Amino acid sequence: MEVRVLAATGVLGAGFKVESLRRGVELEPTFIACDAGSTDSGPAYLGSGKPKLSRDACKRDLRLLLNARDALRVPLIIGSCGTSGRDVGVDWVADLAREIAAEERIHFRAALIKSDQSAAYLKMRFGHGRIRPLQPAPLLTEDVIESSHVVGMMGAEPIAAAIAAGADVVLAGRASDSALYAAVPLMHGAHAGLVWHAAKTLECGAACAVVPAADGMFAVIRDDHFDIEPLDLAARCTPQSIAAHTLYENANPFLLTEPSGVIDTQYADYVANSERSVRVSGSRFTEAKEYTVKLEGAQLVGYQTAVIGGIRDPHIIRSLDSLLPKAKAYFDARIADLFPGQLSSDDYDISYRIYGRDAVMGLLEPMRDSHAAYEVGVLITITAPSQELANKIATLVSHVSAHLPVPQYHGIISSIAYPFSPPELPRGPVYRFSLNHVVLPDDPCEMFRTEVLEF
Amino acid sequence: MATLFELCDLIRSKNAGPFVLTFDLMFSSRENYDRAKKARPLTRALLAKMYGQAEEDITLVYHDHALAIKASMPRPIFQGELQDSDCYGGQQYVPLLDLRVD
Repeated sequence: MEVRVLAATGVLGAGFKVESLRRGVELEPTFIACDAGSTDSGPAYLGSGKPKLSRDACKRDLRLLLNARDALRVPLIIGSCGTSGRDVGVDWVADLAREIAAEERIHFRAALIKSDQSAAYLKMRFGHGRIRPLQPAPLLTEDVIESSHVVGMMGAEPIAAAIAAGADVVLAGRASDSALYAAVPLMHGAHAGLVWHAAKTLECGAACAVVPAADGMFAVIRDDHFDIEPLDLAARCTPQSIAAHTLYENANPFLLTEPSGVIDTQYADYVANSERSVRVSGSRFTEAKEYTVKLEGAQLVGYQTAVIGGIRDPHIIRSLDSLLPKAKAYFDARIADLFPGQLSSDDYDISYRIYGRDAVMGLLEPMRDSHAAYEVGVLITITAPSQELANKIATLVSHVSAHLPVPQYHGIISSIAYPFSPPELPRGPVYRFSLNHVVLPDDPCEMFRTEVLEF
Repeated sequence: MATLFELCDLIRSKNAGPFVLTFDLMFSSRENYDRAKKARPLTRALLAKMYGQAEEDITLVYHDHALAIKASMPRPIFQGELQDSDCYGGQQYVPLLDLRVD
């Protein structure tokens, strides 16, 4: 038994060397896969449905992968399409695939697997006690469900079903990154522990190589081990770099939860095959008693306007802790006066970040009171129910912040240096992550909808 | 005495999803790793205090194959909340750099 896996790169649109892909094709993979999404860049992508990476960058990578697939006649699996994996993200990547098919004169059967979750389905599962919080999780209510865009993170099963039904190309909505790499090897009957551990290692592409890169990896899964190496002959991986990859973006490197069970790398052994290839054995997979599908949700918080400035005067810097609460109290009174009955103080947020003091770590900053900075940057964010209101409040905030009543001075002073005119920068809608929960479905595929298109 | 910064060739913090903050400390040699494993400069109690978390919510692992210490905890502010200033959680490790190892 041997399954040969080509991981194109860490994320579609991040790029990879043409030569690396060519080498991967020469190694005759059983299938090609590539992840296309993440929550790592924040809730805006899931909230808005807009992709993070550019259309041009994603189309470049997808074109090379579709041509490689066409030459090899093996399945190509792309997951978490359009960054968030929302249905609009799958359609966006499908549009790219359709254009490429026409431009390159290639043909393939594409399975689009959609993962948006309706409020009706979620409320039904919630009502039956079949939605459980992970730790930690925001409070879940029916209101949260109704006001959130929610996707379910599919496991390997919907992908395997699409391939079993004859798909050449799978364009999946939100999917476990590992599931993209596990689906085909599991269909071939490969050892589940090795499959999932290999999949987990491959999902970031050559991020596990020395030096880490946006490029491809290749793994060969056999009966009692898998071999893994970077496709770029100038790159290598070591037992330490492969072992260390289980740390990356995971809470526990030994126990990694997937929808169908837990990858256990505690007894895994890593040995060098050569300067640049590693052999892994001993990985285990414990099937879960209950299948779980993780939910990701994003909720609109409001609309934001930002103001950027700087303060150089040490007397003002030292007085900020007393000046800013006074300024905020003044804003509340002024806003109540300007928008009577329209806005209560719970409806908007005015926040100051003082760069050079504690903006990055906030209350956890151990150096906060050292007064070491001779200059600080000020970022003010104003968040309100509409962009128009955020802009209006921001003009008040930026004006008042420029003339703080500094106790050491008598008379008016410009207390913040603004680099821009006007200083207010409208930012559009802002979102928050509203769910960290799992659904217990009756079937691994019930939350996902597959549509087959001929390109 | 040495600091963790001196014994490691990589110290980082990162999101493990939007709700969990994780720290990776990669030692530059087995000798350095073994030294830290023996001295235990990082404990769940210390991390709880530094990051304002409950000790029982902190995962701490010494990984012999990876020559690494890994710690995870609930994100002090969830990613993307209005008060979050570090979307990737990437600059939260800095107070660990100067911790001393016997």
